Amino acid sequence: MPWFFAIATLLVLAGLYLSFFVAPTDFQQGEAYRIIFIHVPAAWMSMFIYLLMAAWAGFGLALNARLSFMMAQALAPTGTMFTFLALITGSLWGKPMWGAWWVWDARLTSELILLFLYIGYMALQSAFEDSRKADRASAVFLMVGAINVPIIYFSVKWWNTLHQGASVSLTKAPAMATIMLWGMLLMALAFWAYSIGVALWRVRCIIAERECEAGWLNNLREKE
Amino acid sequence: MNTLAILRCLLWRDIQLVLRRRSDVVATLFFFMVAVSLFPLGVGAEPALLQAIGPGVLWVAALLSALLSLGRLFAADFADGTLEQLLLSPVGLSLAVAVKILAHWLVSGLPLVLLAPLLGLQFNLPADVLWVLALSLLLGTPLLSLIGAIGAALTLGVRGAGVLVAVLVLPLYIPVLIFGAGAVAASASGMNPEGALSLLAALLVVGLVFAPYAAASALRVALE
Repeated sequence: MPWFFAIATLLVLAGLYLSFFVAPTDFQQGEAYRIIFIHVPAAWMSMFIYLLMAAWAGFGLALNARLSFMMAQALAPTGTMFTFLALITGSLWGKPMWGAWWVWDARLTSELILLFLYIGYMALQSAFEDSRKADRASAVFLMVGAINVPIIYFSVKWWNTLHQGASVSLTKAPAMATIMLWGMLLMALAFWAYSIGVALWRVRCIIAERECEAGWLNNLREKE
Repeated sequence: MNTLAILRCLLWRDIQLVLRRRSDVVATLFFFMVAVSLFPLGVGAEPALLQAIGPGVLWVAALLSALLSLGRLFAADFADGTLEQLLLSPVGLSLAVAVKILAHWLVSGLPLVLLAPLLGLQFNLPADVLWVLALSLLLGTPLLSLIGAIGAALTLGVRGAGVLVAVLVLPLYIPVLIFGAGAVAASASGMNPEGALSLLAALLVVGLVFAPYAAASALRVALE
């Protein structure tokens, strides 16, 4: 676990160096585009972590394994944090570029709905007294949400194209310079390492909390 | 008794339970009417404006009224042990849940469909648009009951279930809202609403297949 944090720190340093000092200033957007190095990896992570949680929940329901439920639970705050980060950096970026903090663009809207799903999951998880019930109920919700995410994405996309024509979109970014891509990839890897590290840390806490009565944990604690 | 007879019994029982205490259903319908009537008071009674927001307002109000009626779906049966009997019955929980959802839709969804065109008149919607509105609600409200059943089942026996169900279910309602209100808005602006209506029908088929199953597995968690 400390290893993942060390890797994350190194990669963040390298990625930030690349993105602030090496990558050239953008021809159209000036210096403000540099927020992409946080924004895009955060958005990637936010979606990927949700899928990962749904996969853990599926394993948990299929195999009745407590640890996979705990992994899903441990990943949730990190995923929420990245979703929030992507939305915040996106609106900070949108203000100078599009002239508005918020646009009802398909991607923005579906990211916002993703945030709602994360919050719903955590609310459901914390509403139960019995942690085993909480696990199974919120796993069902995760699976339902995972089926719904593509439907929501496409419905929002069509809704958007129905109402307003081609407005601002992130997809038509020109083929970016290799150095920028590298900066972004490094940052994405850093976020990966951070997520793994922090999720493992959190799952340790969850295990310690749930198994505080268990003998093996007390033995372990005495040894330390 | 064979399966069909049991299911028919169950359907009739659920409908009768509601008909003997009509105040719940009537209150939900009244909420629908009041919520819709608030909008002209809030945004002003300009005919063009009302015509523009009418489809969205009617659909959002229908969504919220559907949400209000979800508490009735399983709570009473959970409290008096009927759900456990259903779990033990030979018909299988998914089928029983599907019948309960059907009964719920007949008493709380169908009245909305019948009432909505009347309220549409308040918004200056022309006759052909009113037909599309009724049709879109006819396809959409069963879907609201189906998705809502998952949320209602997940929050059984939980503190603060009413708020939690809203947090869980509303994000999942978004595609229904987009296609439903989209169909009405399309026909109001002279376009063909068939695309959105077919998508709504497709979602309904998907919901019919998956939602009773998901709701049944959520109920099993609550009953274990």
